[in-house]
Amino acid sequence: MSQITLKNLAHSYHANPRGEQDFALKEMDHVWQDGGAYALLGSSGCGKTTLLNIISGLLRPSQGRVLFGDRDVTDAETAERNIAQVFQFPVVYDTMTVRDNLAFPLRNRGMDAAYIKARVTQIAAMIGMDHILDRKARGLTADAKQKISLGRGMVREDVNAILFDEPLTVIDPHMKWELRTQLKQLHREFGHTMIYVTHDQTEALTFADKVVVMYDGRVVQMGTPEELFETPAHTFVGYFIGSPGMNLLPAEIRGGMAHLQGAAVPLGAAYGPISGRTQIGIRPEYAVLTEGDGLPITIRRVEDVGRHRIIRGDVAGTAVNVIAPEGMPVGASLTHVRFTPDRINVYADDWRVAPLGGAA
Amino acid sequence: MDKTQNNKAWFLVLPVLVIVAFSAIIPLMTVVNYSVNDTFGDNQFFWAGLEWFEEMVTSDRLHEALGRQILFSAIILAIEVPLGIYIALNMPKKGFWASVCLVLMALPLLIPFNVVGTIWQIFGRVDIGLLGHYLAELGIDYNYTNDPIDAWITVIVMDVWHWTSLVALLCYAGLQSIPNAYYQAARVDQASRWAVFRYIELPKMAGVLLIAVLLRFMDSFMIYTEPFVVTGGGPGNSTTFLSIDLVKMAIGQFDLGPAAAFSIMYFLVILLVSWVFYTVMTNLDKEEGK
Repeated sequence: MSQITLKNLAHSYHANPRGEQDFALKEMDHVWQDGGAYALLGSSGCGKTTLLNIISGLLRPSQGRVLFGDRDVTDAETAERNIAQVFQFPVVYDTMTVRDNLAFPLRNRGMDAAYIKARVTQIAAMIGMDHILDRKARGLTADAKQKISLGRGMVREDVNAILFDEPLTVIDPHMKWELRTQLKQLHREFGHTMIYVTHDQTEALTFADKVVVMYDGRVVQMGTPEELFETPAHTFVGYFIGSPGMNLLPAEIRGGMAHLQGAAVPLGAAYGPISGRTQIGIRPEYAVLTEGDGLPITIRRVEDVGRHRIIRGDVAGTAVNVIAPEGMPVGASLTHVRFTPDRINVYADDWRVAPLGGAA
Repeated sequence: MDKTQNNKAWFLVLPVLVIVAFSAIIPLMTVVNYSVNDTFGDNQFFWAGLEWFEEMVTSDRLHEALGRQILFSAIILAIEVPLGIYIALNMPKKGFWASVCLVLMALPLLIPFNVVGTIWQIFGRVDIGLLGHYLAELGIDYNYTNDPIDAWITVIVMDVWHWTSLVALLCYAGLQSIPNAYYQAARVDQASRWAVFRYIELPKMAGVLLIAVLLRFMDSFMIYTEPFVVTGGGPGNSTTFLSIDLVKMAIGQFDLGPAAAFSIMYFLVILLVSWVFYTVMTNLDKEEGK
């Protein structure tokens, strides 16, 4: 087990990339702590799988280095890196039995037969397949096959990291919960570094200690679920995390005030001069409907989702969502929206700006 | 619910029945007619019962031809199937060279059978053939017109040249359908090259491979044109396979009765083998789809 370091890493699928738009992964520097549970979150095509394949060695990066601990493994073969990887669609060896499938990675590494037997039994119990160990893998359902793939990924104890590439896509929803819980438990038990690629924020936030959000070939933020929620580093994070996502309003920032639509909104802190396109971002959870305090809002629609209600409205042409707690009456008298000042984030050209004197 | 019985629907099958009758059933029945009669031409038939069948079943000549035929099919299958798989595994997966390889592989398949025969007939000639001449220059005593072994080698090499592409192309198609994740998973699992072949490629190729074997078996079992052009079944009878023998018997000797009995048995053997293949194949599919 070791810490994974990415140094000036970038990748392009073109042989001769001309400019940044040709890069599937833009240059990045990151350190993944040993034993961490990471989720790699982002929409399709943002480079998640590319990054994963570079870490596992299935892909050689066009530039930069990959380090496992102190060792440079950029040119090392996948097998040499000693990692496990589970793919989006089930990969099983059809002609083998479930048992042989699980034992395959161990046998290839010349493990002792008694150890293999014990380990396979243990993993089979974990994925709930101990009763069909001697069945051929061919003809099993997609769920079952994916569970075998997961089992094969976890069967080795000495791996440097286990990588999951959207492994639960083909699994039934109720089974998803169970497997995710098991993965989490496994992580606590053995402390493997786990990297879990997904485009589902719930999956990412429940699985990981640290969520890495990717957007357009870049890691835009690496942080705890709380950090992503409270201080999104990029407007994409604000929008992608949360349901509904963060409200963004174009505004002019002067000192501790944001000016928009002829009104002034107090901010929680003071800001220095900012250049570029400035916006303020506020989570729907921190916006409150009022009878006259704040910005005027036109309410379009109210959605009751049970636990709370989502009010869809707009403030001078910009869509704004507000979450109203259950029980709070929503009436025609509520014509304004107020934002909690210290929950407002300020963005310049989509990147978060740190307030003066405050923490980043 | 009452189902209305409407037998008029049967008329819709009629066109197919007529076509099949003219293309297969009536010609086959003519052969059956010949096989149980003796004829001296002029459409005069004398009932012979199963006499021709008895004669053919006990005929040494037929046994020998059948033996040669089985040996020939076995040899070309033993060469073409592994060779075809090997070529398919080593063909480029995509890009410019993949197209070049595909075209080159398809070329022998496009050449008419008798032209293939002629090509090899000339190619192997000791006096003017490129192959025959240079083998002689090297001091190798090669002459397919009077040495049975040389004749066999020529016929087999010709068939391998002509048909290995078919096996290779079918296997190639099978290989192309394997998702990349399988190879990636194998790399993660540290599988050896052999294990990748044995547990990923071979199972995924099994379906097309069976079709390839079936096609190559049927075609080789019925082979006529190429050896007929190259060796004419000789020297002696050494390359006289079933079809060649059949034609000799029917047209050369005008023994229509025995030849017809022979044809029917020949047909049944091929039908039997094809049925076995078909059964195996459908069972494989069933297992796959379970």
